[in-house]
Amino acid sequence: MDDVILMQNVWKAYPNGVMALNGIDLSVKQGEFVYIVGPSGAGKSTFIKMVIRELKPTRGKIFINNKNIANLRERQVPYFRRKIGIVFQDFRLLPKLTVYENVAFALEVIEEHPRQIKRRVMEVLDLVGLKHKMRSFPDQLSGGEQQRVSIARSICNRPPVLIADEPTGNLDPETSWQIMDVFRRINEQGTTIVMATHNREIVNKIRHRVLALEGGMIVRDQQEGDYGYED
Amino acid sequence: MCVISRKVTTAMKIRTLRRHINESFKSLGRNGWMTFASVSAVTVSLVLVGLFLMVMFNLNKIAGDIESDVEVRVYLDQSITQPQQTALKNDLKGIKHVQSVRFQSKKEGLNSLMESLGNDKKSFSDLQKENPLPNAFILKTKKPEQTIHVANVVKNLPNVTDVRYGKGTVEKLFKFINIARNVGIVLIIGLLFTSVFLIANTIKLTIVARRREIEIMKLVGATNAFVRWPYFIEGLVMGVLGSIIPVILVMVVYRFAYYSLGGNLQQMFIKLIPYHTMTMNLSILLIGIGALIGVWGSLSSVRKFLKV
Ligand SMILES: Nc1ncnc2c1ncn2[C@@H]1O[C@H](COP(=O)(O)OP(=O)(O)O)[C@@H](O)[C@H]1O
Ligand SMILES: [Mg+2]
Repeated sequence: MDDVILMQNVWKAYPNGVMALNGIDLSVKQGEFVYIVGPSGAGKSTFIKMVIRELKPTRGKIFINNKNIANLRERQVPYFRRKIGIVFQDFRLLPKLTVYENVAFALEVIEEHPRQIKRRVMEVLDLVGLKHKMRSFPDQLSGGEQQRVSIARSICNRPPVLIADEPTGNLDPETSWQIMDVFRRINEQGTTIVMATHNREIVNKIRHRVLALEGGMIVRDQQEGDYGYED
Repeated sequence: MCVISRKVTTAMKIRTLRRHINESFKSLGRNGWMTFASVSAVTVSLVLVGLFLMVMFNLNKIAGDIESDVEVRVYLDQSITQPQQTALKNDLKGIKHVQSVRFQSKKEGLNSLMESLGNDKKSFSDLQKENPLPNAFILKTKKPEQTIHVANVVKNLPNVTDVRYGKGTVEKLFKFINIARNVGIVLIIGLLFTSVFLIANTIKLTIVARRREIEIMKLVGATNAFVRWPYFIEGLVMGVLGSIIPVILVMVVYRFAYYSLGGNLQQMFIKLIPYHTMTMNLSILLIGIGALIGVWGSLSSVRKFLKV
């Protein structure tokens, strides 16, 4: 039972009838780093949305930290979200808040104690290498820096698992390497990372477990796998 | 240990509340004109509601006062015999809705008439020598509406010369109150819904501006209650602000009505609801309605933004 993520026969049909996931079975262990690859429309984002309980599966069970979130009650969702870190392609920072405030915001809304907030925010900003920019506003930062702020925010609650949907999708190659460096550090602290990506260079260079999705099915599950597509 | 942790929780809640209040006022300020428009809408509605209720409460009280002494007076033929009178009394008792039947001699009738006229007693002293009033039965019904029905039945009985029940004023008053109430209720409901709608719209605008923020809050695990609080406060503040002018207006208007109009009405045996009772109750009611409108408007518009 040391699965951080366990999926059993998970199906997802969108209301318009599109079958985005077709019977996914999967187990991810504590501390693993997993890439989700596959062509556009393969179901990667749908997969991510199931894991963060933005969507409910049409059928099947999804255990995150040993709790089935498929039948999680609506009022339980916030408490579940506090135990996972989420990173998106578009950063999702609040433009009117500083770097420090953006990260602190995540702890304020879950009513963390101010003293803890300050300590923890400094800690995670240090981890992503942005302590010196804590008074800047998002529009004064590069894309890579903004994404590092968003990563800092996602881990400030010490989640055992970090979920990222195309985190380098908006970034140039060099910046993407910096992001991967941050992920490496977080993963080394024992955090499980699941990352949907299109970035062939990264997947091929920094080898981790690769899950290839096609047409909503897992067509390949390979330790230290390569990207495997020419796109 | 336990005590300490409880203290921490309470402190946290106060801090959180302060945060919510800050957020609400920031947003109200940022959307100043929309806030002003919504508050004005609530104000207009509540002014009308206040004036309407002021009138209705009084009409209801007056009707109630009259209600408690509606009676049907049945005047008897001068030539009625004692057995006929006894038979009539039994007939009257047998009529549906009649609660009590009391005989009133012509002398008693005159006395009570003079008493009720108070000041002008002297001009009636002549009448005492030659009393023009007939003997009468006084009927009481259970409900005021029934007087009309009872009077109609009694009219056709033998040896009855006349039947009186407040010369139709009761009938007219109740008809009027009913119409006024229905028209007023429709009007008020319309107005209140308009206010709710306007508040909902204002809040919706502020939410659209903060949509991103709500999305992120939900992403990092804020509860719906946490997200809702500032909007709840905003609605509450707008509603209560909107009730200030109506409350003041009601106080001023009723002061005028009660102290200058009230005196005249008193001579017509009509008593208005006392000033303090009226203004206290109506103020609380108006503030309550204002708060309800505000909170309803704001929470109804925040609801669909919570499903992230
Ligand atoms: N909200 C939605 N409603 C209907 N169909 C959707 C929705 N989101 C995605 N899809 C469809 O589901 C499939 C998988 O999409 P997605 O998970 O976004 O793939 P990926 O992230 O791998 O590109 C696609 O066919 C897409 O068109
Ligand atoms: Mg996608």
